[in-house]
Amino acid sequence: MKTVKTTYDRRSFLKASLLSGGGMLLSIGSLSGFKSDDIFNSDDPQKGWNELNGFVKITADNVIKIMSPNPEGGQGVKTSMPMIVAEELDVDFSKIIIEQADLNTKHFTRQFIGGSQAIHQGWQPLRMAGATARHMLREAAAKTWNVPFEEVSTGSGVLYHKKSGKSATYGEMATAAVQMPVPKEVKLKDIKDFRIIGKSQHNVDLKKIVSGQPLFGIDTRKEGMMIAMIIHPPAFGLKFKSIANGSAVSKMKGVADIFPVKIYNEGYERTFFDTATFNEVVAVVGKTTWEVIQAKKALKIEWEPFESYTQPRNMLGRKQMENVPGGLEDSTQHTAVLAERLSQPATVRRKDGDVEAAFKGAAKVIERVYNAPFLAHNCMEPMNFFAHVTNEKAELSGPLQKPEFTEQALSARLGMPLEKIDIQMTRLGGGFGRRSYAHWLIEAALISQKVKAPVKLIYTREDDMTSGIYRSTYTARYRAALDANNQLIGFHVKAGGAPESPLYPNRFPAGAVDNYLAEDFTVDSNITVGSYRAPRSNFMAAAEQSFLDEVAETAGKDPIAFRLELLKRAKEKPVGKNNDYEPERFANVLNLVREKADWDNLKTSKKLGFSAYFCHDSYAAHVLDLEMKDDSVLINKVWCAIDCGIVINPDAAKNMAEGGIVDAVGAAMYGKMTFTKGVPDADNFHNFRMIRHNEAPKQIEVHFVENDIDPSGMGEPAYPPVYGALANALYKATGKRFYNQPFNDYII
Amino acid sequence: MAKFNLKINQKNLSVDVDPSTPVLWVLRDHIGLTGTKFGCGMAQCGACTIHLDGNAVRSCVLPVSAIGKQAITTIEGLSANGTHPVQKAWIEHDVPQCGYCQAGQIMSASSLLKSNPKPTDEEIDAAMSGNICRCGTYLRIREAIKTAASK
Ligand code: FES
Ligand code: FES
Repeated sequence: MKTVKTTYDRRSFLKASLLSGGGMLLSIGSLSGFKSDDIFNSDDPQKGWNELNGFVKITADNVIKIMSPNPEGGQGVKTSMPMIVAEELDVDFSKIIIEQADLNTKHFTRQFIGGSQAIHQGWQPLRMAGATARHMLREAAAKTWNVPFEEVSTGSGVLYHKKSGKSATYGEMATAAVQMPVPKEVKLKDIKDFRIIGKSQHNVDLKKIVSGQPLFGIDTRKEGMMIAMIIHPPAFGLKFKSIANGSAVSKMKGVADIFPVKIYNEGYERTFFDTATFNEVVAVVGKTTWEVIQAKKALKIEWEPFESYTQPRNMLGRKQMENVPGGLEDSTQHTAVLAERLSQPATVRRKDGDVEAAFKGAAKVIERVYNAPFLAHNCMEPMNFFAHVTNEKAELSGPLQKPEFTEQALSARLGMPLEKIDIQMTRLGGGFGRRSYAHWLIEAALISQKVKAPVKLIYTREDDMTSGIYRSTYTARYRAALDANNQLIGFHVKAGGAPESPLYPNRFPAGAVDNYLAEDFTVDSNITVGSYRAPRSNFMAAAEQSFLDEVAETAGKDPIAFRLELLKRAKEKPVGKNNDYEPERFANVLNLVREKADWDNLKTSKKLGFSAYFCHDSYAAHVLDLEMKDDSVLINKVWCAIDCGIVINPDAAKNMAEGGIVDAVGAAMYGKMTFTKGVPDADNFHNFRMIRHNEAPKQIEVHFVENDIDPSGMGEPAYPPVYGALANALYKATGKRFYNQPFNDYII
Repeated sequence: MAKFNLKINQKNLSVDVDPSTPVLWVLRDHIGLTGTKFGCGMAQCGACTIHLDGNAVRSCVLPVSAIGKQAITTIEGLSANGTHPVQKAWIEHDVPQCGYCQAGQIMSASSLLKSNPKPTDEEIDAAMSGNICRCGTYLRIREAIKTAASK
């Protein structure tokens, strides 16, 4: 048994940051003072909850509740995170209550959605929470029965002393258990003894979802609540000037108030997630949604162009001035500037060997350029938030991904200490990165403060789709050098974007090629961007995996065998430092999908495309089978192999992979947001094409690599490689390579 | 403003609203039934699907004045306790991810099965293509519809 040291701040046991991973025994740091700590011993007599820790609460009559710390946006954490706690607590998963925790930075750490990290980083703390509570229950039983601790066992929420035949439910011991000291060490289960982890459990909100219960932020209804909407400038590059007919419109039926709202104060140092495309918007407040929509339509607002400016930004500790250029931008101009920058010097991010020499001496050189447009997130639930702000406190509730960061921004904006701000998290009708940038929460709070009433702010689909925070537009130029034996001797990627670079310099094939160069650049833009499902990987995987397919073809090699050759090289004689993937795990998913899709046999008879990618600590490989039917693409099947370590909830993980594949096919085929004189060319689903039922792959088969490695993310890793598999299969079916997204624009 | 007597989920209710108000907002704001979702407001996404005398319609573009005597059914009224065969199939297949589109999907699917108890894949595609799911649960929806059809 290995010992894992953990560090604690005494008030927040579960903010444990592990110094080293793995192991079955956890030792817990200095515990003096734990006993008097409210988190561990706050017995709420009103509800009768005995809180064993921030995650586990048990009543004397044996109601067991597990708190789910992170926001739920469809990735299944509200089920999978409590599963991990329940496993170590040793209870029957179907008999417990699961509740969404509010934002509580004292109890929990990393209460946010992003980067597919909830399970990866929550794994040890969640296990520890369950194991510690179980330990304290056993201590309580041992003391009550006056028997040695080691002799007290548990099974499905019951404590046993076999020798004496005594038994008690957790509930019966819960009141005594909270009086027990928090253990210095706890034993965790052996993986082979898992009874809950690895067995599919239904989504805990399933029944509520299918019967239409109010789970989402947009469903919030409170006494005296008003409806608010905003109007933002119609084009990037414009700002608010004045309201022309405010007094006339405020007389319309059901309208209460119309006023401008400034989201962040001048000079405020915005942090990473404080992106508000339009810092001043006009609020319309009224009684009902339809009335507010009518008022919104009737309002005449004057907008004006702004000059270029800079604003202070603290990007996760890196302080910088952000350039916001003035002017009304066009997509044609973005494409032209990005193309021009590809032929100019860029910033070197990684260099191994001598790339130029390799290209000079090469037998064959292949060079290709890939492009992708901006993308709107289009969560099905439009942005919204409830706020009730008074002089004493601010109560907020709704869907958001980064409550901890947003709370700080709101505190700064309202000049109100954090203790007076309460943010409750509702289920998210999709996040995909968009709800990390919660300017709408601040808008809701400021509107409530101004009208002195509880308000629910709702964006229309048009407000949502045209308010920026898109996936960037990107470009990448790849070059590969092959020697006379068709060995890859040089690899060069130059990537850039407006306004963000997509490059990951240490990803495959870095580490597998002697001469490797990765460079990047950015182009300023006033069109704002934000994280979008598998940020940057969603483009790099598309470009790189399409390119490698073409390189393999030029080398006369099978695309899977070609990559396996490179991975072998990366494993046996890695080039350079900081390669961010493990070649062996990577090769495993390639081999698994090759076998499951019967690649070697079917590749000649069917139009198969292959692609694989590593991101968010997980590995994914796909084989996609399609055919063309009267100029439209029919995807027959996708085989998918994933290594995300231990799979917590297999059917839910499968659902995530299926969804990621469908979503990525949609974005690759149809997704685009373009601009004309700063105005977004799409504003609703009639002109932003989303994938629909009939366009989804007919069949998806998901296979997981079985191993005992600590779990990693599932929300994103299946998504990026889909683009490449689709492009490569399209090539087989049409004879054309697809360098530009969305592919559907280039099919005929 | 005008008074409308509506039959919603077997109950008679009356509302006093502007005749142009879409049924979606009557349900959500005036009646307090929030299971029917707002997604686009222009009959493009299906999130707001309800039944009007058993047929699926998009409530976001349906003015309350057009209802007359037709009976409205929303997701809350599809069955008691989520026991409609389509809801049961949705549970069996664990269809939802974020869940936001699912009320609309279920209302479209249940209306399809009512008029066509054994739909082919093509008929399912045709009936369901008005309902967008950004989470990409289309395959499970298709399987769930087939399961419901087999019961
Ligand atoms: S909200 Fe009615 S179809 Fe989208
Ligand atoms: S389940 Fe999220 S939009 Fe369908």
